[in-house]
Order: sequence, then structure tokens, then C-alpha cells
Amino acid sequence: MDERARRPLPWQGEWPVIGAVSVGGAIGATARYGAALIWPTAGPAFPWTTLLVNVVGCALMGVLMVLVTEVWTAHRLLRPFLGTGILGGFTTFSTYTVDIERLLSAGRPTLALAYLAGTLLAALAAVALAGSATRTFFGLRRRTA
Amino acid sequence: MNWLLVVAGAMVGAPLRFLTDRFVQARHDTVFPWGTCAVNVVGSLILGLLTGAATAGAAPPHVRLLLGTGLCGALTTYSTFSYETFRLAADGARRYAALNIGLSLAAGLAAACAGVALGHAL
Repeated sequence: MDERARRPLPWQGEWPVIGAVSVGGAIGATARYGAALIWPTAGPAFPWTTLLVNVVGCALMGVLMVLVTEVWTAHRLLRPFLGTGILGGFTTFSTYTVDIERLLSAGRPTLALAYLAGTLLAALAAVALAGSATRTFFGLRRRTA
Repeated sequence: MNWLLVVAGAMVGAPLRFLTDRFVQARHDTVFPWGTCAVNVVGSLILGLLTGAATAGAAPPHVRLLLGTGLCGALTTYSTFSYETFRLAADGARRYAALNIGLSLAAGLAAACAGVALGHAL
């Protein structure tokens, strides 16, 4: 009981943030669902749609994080809404891993590996390049730490 | 109707990810992103289960939209995973960055495979 009094539960005092994350997550997931309806991936094909959704989401995350940490004095709900909510709901890790499983069980290990590594490398590059492009755009110095 | 199922699942999945991260951060004083890693692995397991159950004819499409596309899609994240990995590497914690990639991929993929196999057996 004392333990509980000292450590607030994770949702205490966070309802506005939880609401922002929830609404943002719904917007992001709806956009991802829309992309999957427009460009469906059939059978053992390379999951281009999920790859592009994840890489675009990572690029936007790179831009957002520079904006909210170095450019703007952002409202406290902006980062949870856009980052944790919209971009978190838009990008997906579970579809990525299950896609890899699907390619593996379809007997396409090379394609599975290409998808695994391709998404990872493109996502990391997107975060890094989009972040430094944003910094260059606003004439900021490279962040070193 | 299909859109509403995705929205409903995501409205629960995204805050669950946020709360998991808060919960983990409040209890573990570490730079390693355990919260994101945990939701990504759990989400992979659930989506695997749904996918396996679907091929066995045990998960109807509306359940997959609600729990798969909506809940698991919003519970898991690639943008936070790659941002946190990049941040660790940029801050000089390269071993943590490599560990985050290795652990998230290995555990996430293992969870997805186990989920599909289990779901198929149901």
C-alpha cells in the first residue's frame, strides 16, 4: 500500500495525454488501413505497402523530433498526439514481423531477409536524414549529444 | 463498419503502448527502451495468433480488423523503435542501439512465429 502511494499509477494525471494518444493513434491506423486497401499485398509478394508506411512514418518522426526538441516550444500535447499517437499508430512492428513469418513459411527466405533488412536500414536512414534535413532547413547546428 | 473496427482497436492500442512505456520508465532507470521493445514483441505475438487462427478459419475478418489492424497495429510501432535506436547510437550508446535492434527483431520474429503456430493449432 505504501509502495502504491509512493509510485503513482501510469495513468494518474495523464488523461489529456492518453486522449491525445488515443485519437492520434486512430488517425494513424486509419491512414495505414487506407494504404493497405489501396495497395494490397497478395500472397507471398514483397510487402511494399508496409515497408513504405513504416519508412514514411520514420522520416516524419525524424522531422517531428527535431521540431519539438530544437525548433518549437511545443504545447505539451503536441508530441504525444503527433508522435506517439499518429506516427505510432501509422507505423507497425507487428505487421512487419508477421510479414516476415509469412514469407518464410511461403518458402521465400531471401525475400524475407531482404524485407527484414531493407525496412530496418531504410527506417534508420529515414529518421537520421529527415532529422538532419530539418536541422539544415532551420539553420540549426548539428546536435552532438 | 470496417473503418470503425480499425479506429476502435487503435484507440485502445496506442494508449496501451504509451502507458506501458510510462510504466516501464517509472520503474527502471535505464536508457534501454524496454517499453517499446515489450509492446512490439507482445503485439507480434497477438497478430501472429490472429493470423494463424485466420488460416485455420477461427478468426473472422472483423476480429482481425479490430484486434490485428487496429489494436496490434497501433500497439506496436516502427517509428519509435527506429527513433530510439537512432538516438541511442547518436548519443554514443552504440551497444544499446545494436542490442535494441537484435532483441526487438529476434524476440518479435520469434513471437510472431510462435503466435502463428499456436493460432493454427487452436
